[in-house]
Amino acid sequence: MAFIPHTEADIDAMLKEMDITAVDTLFDEIPSTIPKAVYNHVCHSAPELAVTQLMKQRAEQQPSLNSYLGAGAYHHFIPACVWELTSRGEFLTSYTPYQAEASQGTLQLIYEYQTMMASLMGMEISNASLYDGATALAEAVLMVVRIKKSKQKTILVPKTINPFYREVLQTVIAHQEITIKEFELELKAENFSDVAALIIPQPDFLGRLNDVDALTNWAHAHQILVIALVNPMAMALLKEPGAWGDTGADIVCGEGQPFGIPVSSGGPYFGFMCCRKEHVRQLPGRLVGKTEDRDGKMGFTLTLQAREQHIRRAKANSNICTNQGLMVTAATIYMSVMGATGLKRIAEHSHHLARQLFHTLSTVEGIEPIFKTPFFHEFVIRVPNSQEFLRAMAKRGIQAGFDLMPYYPELTNGILVCVTELKTREDLKYYCEQARLCLQENYKAETV
Amino acid sequence: MSQCPTQLRYTETHEWVREDEKDVVIVGITDHAQSQLGELVFVELPEVGTVVEVGDEVGVIESVKTASDIYSPVSGKIIEINENLTEQPDLMNSEPYESGWIFRVRLSNSEELEELLDAETYAQNVREDD
Repeated sequence: MAFIPHTEADIDAMLKEMDITAVDTLFDEIPSTIPKAVYNHVCHSAPELAVTQLMKQRAEQQPSLNSYLGAGAYHHFIPACVWELTSRGEFLTSYTPYQAEASQGTLQLIYEYQTMMASLMGMEISNASLYDGATALAEAVLMVVRIKKSKQKTILVPKTINPFYREVLQTVIAHQEITIKEFELELKAENFSDVAALIIPQPDFLGRLNDVDALTNWAHAHQILVIALVNPMAMALLKEPGAWGDTGADIVCGEGQPFGIPVSSGGPYFGFMCCRKEHVRQLPGRLVGKTEDRDGKMGFTLTLQAREQHIRRAKANSNICTNQGLMVTAATIYMSVMGATGLKRIAEHSHHLARQLFHTLSTVEGIEPIFKTPFFHEFVIRVPNSQEFLRAMAKRGIQAGFDLMPYYPELTNGILVCVTELKTREDLKYYCEQARLCLQENYKAETV
Repeated sequence: MSQCPTQLRYTETHEWVREDEKDVVIVGITDHAQSQLGELVFVELPEVGTVVEVGDEVGVIESVKTASDIYSPVSGKIIEINENLTEQPDLMNSEPYESGWIFRVRLSNSEELEELLDAETYAQNVREDD
């Protein structure tokens, strides 16, 4: 079946109107220097059974490593009920709830999600989610520029936020006349009259905790808005952004994946975003509100839709109207089964295990902790030759951490190590023993 | 049938303009505009002191079903805004030509007023739209 409805005659007429002879001409602006993907090694077709067998064989070639990778994606325990319920047809197949009378279940779920997120972040408003943490941050930046009526268009961005988020942010603002200014998280006396907002990560990409109260007060004293970029799991343990400093953060965003979404290569994840009520008309994305029907019965509906693309067209707050409905369903069920106490216990447990590994590794000859600052569940160590270390550890069944060298060359041979509640004390002991052996043998041992 | 007072001038984008004192005008949205938008729930007013040109977007009005920009019909400086609308945007529904006014402008070029539509022309445009 042809999915493109245009006939040859249609296409010819359009080409003629544009005064070109070939459709390919439309793609001339794509530089020819970009390498083309070549798929010669992939066969044209194969039976399903053969593909399944091949994939199974390939999967078995990948050793299953005990992973200490974090760096923006966090492996937590997901109770079976989370995806069992999320996969129900009522959730799995439902579309955007434009039609309130036919979508009360979805609408109520999003409303509960918003309530939980706003409560966790100490903010008044939460939207129904965005694509992921990186796009949520980019949307937060666009939002502060709208709040500032474009009078200030510089954003202070610490180098210690997720480097992948920095790339997405750069892409989104490239044509918006917004300037990014790299910023060390220190209280400075310079003149910041052109600055719209400061991004404060908590914890930062390197796992460290910042003095969010002092930074928030400093920013607000300079009429700079505060965008809190946080790990939601850490917020179960740390001070919520709404209570930072004397006045609280203005916008909170981040990656929702730690709440019931499995780690996988590139997603789907979901971004969250909260703000104060005074800024709600500049908030992007869907919002669900609680209301009453004409008989006075409780009901839920999309609200403040005049901000959005389907009404406001080109002048909408954002042209990303999508929310990650299914991921949010899982996150809401996850938060419900864990409860506030459960989330706090997971966060505490992860923190304690991370500290334990940090302290033990500090005693290993050749391993040096780079920072002395408090951290949540991730920390940075320096080893002799990080790549060799990771390779040697992988041979011993351990994915020992995230190599920081490509992103932070100044942290020479730095490795970011993450520990969550999934690790046992035996796991940590094994990590330390194997690290000690690797270093003693100078990474020489071929196998264990 | 919506009202179009004869002493006012109008724009294609449904604003009205009233000469208030020498070189100062008051601007609002027309009865036709408010009836098309429906119940108004929010207005984003311009800032006093803003210098505007004809056709500049100076604010946004939002109803339960849509949102629409407010354009300045004249060039000049905004010298006063109707703060009452923040609490009671529905004044633009109930009294679009009186308490529902939106902002006052000190004109930089009073000749621009001649370019605006008179009540009869505006009323005819509206009839043709319907």
